[in-house]
Amino acid sequence: MQLEAKNISFRYDKKSPWVLKDVSLSIQEGERVGIVAPSGFGKTTLARILAGYEKPSEGQVLIDGKELPSKGFCPVQLIYQHPELSVNPRWRMEKTLNECFTPDEALLAKMGIEKEWLHRWPSELSGGELQRFCIARILTPKTKILICDEISTMLDVITQAQVWNILLDIAKERNMGMAVITHNKALAEKVCTRTVRLDK
Amino acid sequence: MGKTLLNVEDLVVAFSMYRGDSLKKENLEVIHSLSLDVKEGEILAVVGSSGSGKSILASAVLDLLPKNAVVSGKITYDGKPLSMKTTPDLYGKEISFIPQSVDYLDPLMKVGKQVQGVKGSKARQEELFEKYRLGKDTEKKYPFQLSGGMARRVLISGAVMGNPKLIIADEPTPGLDLELAMETLKHFRTLADQGTGILMITHDIDLALNVADRIAVFYAGTIVEIASTQDFLSGRDALRHPYTKALYDALPQNGFKPIPGAQPYAGSLPSGCLFADRCPYRDDACAGAQPEREVRGGKVRCAHAT
Repeated sequence: MQLEAKNISFRYDKKSPWVLKDVSLSIQEGERVGIVAPSGFGKTTLARILAGYEKPSEGQVLIDGKELPSKGFCPVQLIYQHPELSVNPRWRMEKTLNECFTPDEALLAKMGIEKEWLHRWPSELSGGELQRFCIARILTPKTKILICDEISTMLDVITQAQVWNILLDIAKERNMGMAVITHNKALAEKVCTRTVRLDK
Repeated sequence: MGKTLLNVEDLVVAFSMYRGDSLKKENLEVIHSLSLDVKEGEILAVVGSSGSGKSILASAVLDLLPKNAVVSGKITYDGKPLSMKTTPDLYGKEISFIPQSVDYLDPLMKVGKQVQGVKGSKARQEELFEKYRLGKDTEKKYPFQLSGGMARRVLISGAVMGNPKLIIADEPTPGLDLELAMETLKHFRTLADQGTGILMITHDIDLALNVADRIAVFYAGTIVEIASTQDFLSGRDALRHPYTKALYDALPQNGFKPIPGAQPYAGSLPSGCLFADRCPYRDDACAGAQPEREVRGGKVRCAHAT
């Protein structure tokens, strides 16, 4: 599947300043695009728009030429920068993990998710442990495009390398497209097929 | 280098919790006999696996652990025992904290007011916002209107508001672009050169190497190695513990090769070396307890380190 953002502009209301202006971007099947821009530039806003959480003020986001579905499972999935804010604090981890599909045990073992953690509350896990849940829970075969917004800064480098290697394997196997937002140059060079700078 | 500012000796932290279907509470030990010290004018970087208890160490030093935590060992600041009961005035003045999570910000309060707090001044807040390149309009914004990097800079501004002597920084740089992250760390270095001690918890080893004096490597709730920054810069052979070497190899610029496996779960720790099941040099000597010993000027918990 191909994701295309056409001349996207965004602002919160008619009086506020533009957060994004005329951003165009396309992600082909099997492509991994790095998105680079300084802090506070609107990368996360762009990620939210691409995944359909936010409507652009101007322009459109198309998947295979059609608008993103407003009902049911969206084939474009977003992994957030702050795992502690993206899980329901009143759900045990098991419920969060199985919300959209049931990941098999092999995947959980590969991601380093302990069985004992499933019965814990989010506040009882570290940032890195939570992020592994957030990644595992969206790796359903229905996900065609993955938007990764600084997903590995809270992981140690070994876990980072493990998680990225798993993600890359799955992306290659399913020919998934990916957008990767990161500040780590060395990481971007390792995982992306090309990079786009938003500030020209 | 000056006198010892923060000293942690034999710290053990356990959480009392229910496990499985049992109705009896059990203690889950998450930090085991940990010792470290931060001197005046020094930056000690703490790196290591996620979930190894780095943030718990920060909370223990700041006396912010939840009620079900059982703590033993000694934490002293400037030679005096440190706790909310005995030394409440130190927190927020001489000792400040940069939390890891941006949800430490009050969602219902404009960030300018939050940074000023009760002890700060508006002038100092404006000076700091300018230093961290937060625009004039930022002080009137609420946390939800900030990007990840901006929120991080707001947290840092709040922590350096009152010229603290000891800063505990839990992941101060994620979300910042390289230039800003470097600038922030250089600011830490300047603070340290003026005598502040900094305990910096981070995953970004590359960045930490630019400013830190020593690096402590955490694994499964204890420190497996304390090495000088120079050892990391000279390459993997200068490092002592196999886990530290594995960390080095996993950096994107050094091959991006992860070792298999995961760190042992706090509820089922092996009796000997904590790293043994993933270690390429494992043998009989690894089955016993691994006391801390001095090797080439650094400290390490490994029977094979030379």
